[in-house]
Amino acid sequence: MIYDPIDIALILTKIALVFFVILTLAAYLVFAERKVLAWIQDRKGPNRVGPFGLLQPLADLIKLLTKEDFRPIGADKWLFYLAPAMAAVPAIMIFAVIPFGAPLVLFGHTVQLQVSDLNVGLLLFMALSSIAVYGVALGGWASNSKYALLGSIRGLAQLISYELSMGLSLVPVVMLARSFRLSDIVDAQSGCWFIVYQPLAFMIFLISIAAECKRIPFDLPEAEGELVAGFHTEYSGMRFGLFFVGEYINIVVLGGLAATFFLGGWHGPFLPPVVWFAGKVLAFAFLFIWMRGTLPRLRYDQLMHFGWKILTPLALLNILATGWWLVLRG
Amino acid sequence: MRILSDIAAIMTGMWITWKHMFRRPVTVQYPEEKRQPYPRYRARIVLTRDPDGGERCVACQLCSAACPVDCITMQSAEGDNGRRFAEWFRINFSRCIFCGLCAEACPTLAIQMTPDFEICKRDVMDLIYEKEELLIDGCGKSPDYNFYRHAGIGVTQPRGTGVEEMPPVDVRGLMP
Repeated sequence: MIYDPIDIALILTKIALVFFVILTLAAYLVFAERKVLAWIQDRKGPNRVGPFGLLQPLADLIKLLTKEDFRPIGADKWLFYLAPAMAAVPAIMIFAVIPFGAPLVLFGHTVQLQVSDLNVGLLLFMALSSIAVYGVALGGWASNSKYALLGSIRGLAQLISYELSMGLSLVPVVMLARSFRLSDIVDAQSGCWFIVYQPLAFMIFLISIAAECKRIPFDLPEAEGELVAGFHTEYSGMRFGLFFVGEYINIVVLGGLAATFFLGGWHGPFLPPVVWFAGKVLAFAFLFIWMRGTLPRLRYDQLMHFGWKILTPLALLNILATGWWLVLRG
Repeated sequence: MRILSDIAAIMTGMWITWKHMFRRPVTVQYPEEKRQPYPRYRARIVLTRDPDGGERCVACQLCSAACPVDCITMQSAEGDNGRRFAEWFRINFSRCIFCGLCAEACPTLAIQMTPDFEICKRDVMDLIYEKEELLIDGCGKSPDYNFYRHAGIGVTQPRGTGVEEMPPVDVRGLMP
């Protein structure tokens, strides 16, 4: 295979663009979360830095960068320093396989609006989302603090209870699209979105990704009320910021995946595909913020009970039903 | 069905938060907008004067005794006409908890609370108010009251001519 310099330049541009957009979006999601939570609570939210407080993420960044980078006595130095990156990097890597727009034609080259059109994209997502929890587990363990350790134990217990149902809820999608390739899954939804065929799988996936990005009904690993800040109790400065931004990147990425698997990815009438995709991602982000403003935190055993005894059997039944339906339809 | 009522409960909660998103915030943007406190709001303490312009404080130490955090001190003195006053009077606002007990204890209504709550200072020593800073020119919340008019000790008027006061009784004329 011969590489055209224009191809390489286009790929590099795509990567840079995705990086920039994802990081900016994550920073502004923090701002949006603070604003929406404030509105829910009849407050105004941040409005001091810049017009309507729009420069608040920048001020937060400066604050985080200039804070002391503190390491507790007895902490495992290398794991402690590596864990935030281990939490943030897999989250941003998942975005590599998400198609975020219809293919474009630039300089006579067809450009897939997707960093890498992997033929096992869905499996890569499952693998990376499991790796992301290592950041939580090791960060809490390396901190040499009881709160952090309890948080990371909860993170692991949470992982084994939602990951299974999340994987199982995606099996019907693969059965319908007959491919693990995310662009094929999007193409299979050009007529009808999968949420129409698979509302149950969509609900299970939605609940699972809320647990995956450790958002409030399932924010057990960080549970402010009980564990101070859970697994990142001992982190300060930009290392804490990496955990924090990783969480919001996770929201963007998982929202994008939910849109890809069930809401037809970038398909949609009238508006350009990229706008449709961005709109769906932001709608999911808003849904998560809204849920955070509404719901209380589940207890530790309630989540495990819910994951193992309700979501997983339901997902299995759903796979069976989908299989029967596909066979009967022929 | 349990699950249906649970889903209904979640939806009710989501609906309530949704409605609150469009409600007007209750925030008062403090430095730009200021809320006018009620007249009886308890903030900065002042020493008032009686309607004739004299100091009301008689330096009886009752406010100092009532103060739970001991932030009031004074030195009492007596004028030539028998009028008592505070030689110096000091309130440490860095200790004051604005409970209002001093104002309740004051028999001459001299010490009073005002709604002025903006008394931040850069230097903590600036929060120690001396008598000159505490004294105001008005009567505060009780415009007509003059302690010495009622007291009957002949400071502002001869004995027996005060408000609701009978002339002194000649004890020798009290024969049975």
